[in-house]
Amino acid sequence: MSTSVTYSNLNFWVLLSMLVAKDLKFTYSNGPSFAFPDFTCEKEGQLLLLGESGKGKTTLLHLLAGMLKASSGSLELMGTDLRSLSAGDLDRFRGEHIGIIFQTAHFVESLNVEDNLIMPQYLCSKKIDRQKARTILIRLNLEHKLKELPKNLSVGEQQRVAIARALMNDPQVILADEPTSALDDKNAMEVIQLLEEQAKATGAALVIVTHDQRLKDHVQKHIQL
Amino acid sequence: MNLFKIAFKNIQFRPLNTSLSLILLSFGVGIISLLLLLEVQLREEFDRNIKDIDLVLGAKGSPLQLILANVYHIDAPTGNIKLKEAKRVMRHPYIKEAIPLAYGDNYDRFRIVGTEHNYPAHYGAEVKEGKLWSGKFEATIGADVAQKTGLKIGDEFYSAHGLSDSADIHDDKAFTVVGIFETSNSVIDQLILTEIASIWGVHEDHDGNHKEEKSLEEMEDEREITAVLLKKKNPLAIITLPSFIKETNMQIALPSVEINRLNENFGIGMSTLRWVAILIMIISFISVFISLYNSLKQRKYELALMRSMGGGKGRLFSMLLLEGLIMVILGIALGLILSRVALLLLSGALESQFHYDISNAGLLINELKLILITIFVGILASLLPAIQAVRIDISKTLSDA
Repeated sequence: MSTSVTYSNLNFWVLLSMLVAKDLKFTYSNGPSFAFPDFTCEKEGQLLLLGESGKGKTTLLHLLAGMLKASSGSLELMGTDLRSLSAGDLDRFRGEHIGIIFQTAHFVESLNVEDNLIMPQYLCSKKIDRQKARTILIRLNLEHKLKELPKNLSVGEQQRVAIARALMNDPQVILADEPTSALDDKNAMEVIQLLEEQAKATGAALVIVTHDQRLKDHVQKHIQL
Repeated sequence: MNLFKIAFKNIQFRPLNTSLSLILLSFGVGIISLLLLLEVQLREEFDRNIKDIDLVLGAKGSPLQLILANVYHIDAPTGNIKLKEAKRVMRHPYIKEAIPLAYGDNYDRFRIVGTEHNYPAHYGAEVKEGKLWSGKFEATIGADVAQKTGLKIGDEFYSAHGLSDSADIHDDKAFTVVGIFETSNSVIDQLILTEIASIWGVHEDHDGNHKEEKSLEEMEDEREITAVLLKKKNPLAIITLPSFIKETNMQIALPSVEINRLNENFGIGMSTLRWVAILIMIISFISVFISLYNSLKQRKYELALMRSMGGGKGRLFSMLLLEGLIMVILGIALGLILSRVALLLLSGALESQFHYDISNAGLLINELKLILITIFVGILASLLPAIQAVRIDISKTLSDA
């Protein structure tokens, strides 16, 4: 009852938005301080957060992922204020709703690709679905690497597995940190296309934090930091 | 997918670290467990054979040697005593029961002991096949003797002179096996028992004067025997008897006192070894700790990653603790196996030398304590790395990589 009242009070624009950031500020203890512009991102929308080095790109991504807590301002993801969650709830929320792709792909080294893919499900105490891992790998043309250890994969393959892993829990938001900065034009286009395709297939919003100006032509909505 | 599997894979992934910890742990546990086993088994072995023997009467010499030779049959006798003098002690009013023993020879290194029927009865040794000896040159043999020499009822054998040398064989006087004892886990298992007169009989030929068979009571007093095992009726026997035999070449020794003395001397070696083992254990715990802590440095990013994928602090904490625990438990298991194998090899060696069987190797109460303490300290050693893992700053770790 009270929930429906709250929702009816929200305006339509906010309701459509997956992600709403307002007056976000973050200050490192004894370190630099960042103020970020306001932005929103719709459900299944795409957003490019562009900025040169030192503009706090990674800081912003970590704020969005709930790995850092904003000093001030508000950050809502699917109507949940990230700043209001406890550390444990934040871990769970992140695991269930956010898929993160880091600049360099990292894995649990001792486990094979398949086990690494079901790790997000396991860590969120969801039902383990090995078939899904296989399906996503087929989509990424990596099915034959299912039983390989991550260290035996090429860098490009590792990145694709990292993308696959970010999709495993059907996240509402996929956050990608500089996914193309180290790649040549051809590979950069392939990766961004792949990200868009997979975000669409999963029904997730895609937020990319990067300094890579090439992506501007690809993603309509961008915010300059 | 479960925590155990992940932890196990993580341990497997660092084989060198893991092997070092496992080797150290299993050696520490193995040595301590072997010491515990040996101590208990030797003590049991000693106690079982003392069994109500309060005093031993024998020739003068080392009292410990007297006990070892006549109660445990693992040393040479101190010499012979006159039967006439021994009888005075045996008939003493303070004595409840007396078991005379006469040594001389061996067969295939198993001692042939002349005695009376109350000797096997004292150890509760039952005859499995055949009967107890009843005449001269009849022998009833221990279970181990039967098994190792292959002697069967009706077989004849010749004794060899002395206790270990089988070169000088008395090939004119054959013993006949008339019975085989059931295993009694006492010295009887390792002995060939016969009438005392048989022992004299073998050696009479050297002197050339063969005599008629007689019971012990009727036997001439100038005959000699080796020792008498005594059970006292009155505690005063311990005080009175030594002065009672003052004028003879005999002495009286108390098995319990001698064995305690032996244990004390053994004990120094045992406790030194135990300290060495404890030191190895401490080193192994440090090694488990360092191994976990080191791998933590390498895996910092991995752990932050798991956190970023929704892995709660509790789960990562348990995972690292589990890794330590798996190592410790594997180490304990290996250590216990190691100590059993060592005991088996050792008992093989001891048995052929001393005719003792110590191959019984169940889990001891003290070993349970050892296991619990090891697990506890193992958990302590993995606690710090686990706490460290929980306190990782996800954001900083992930942006540093």
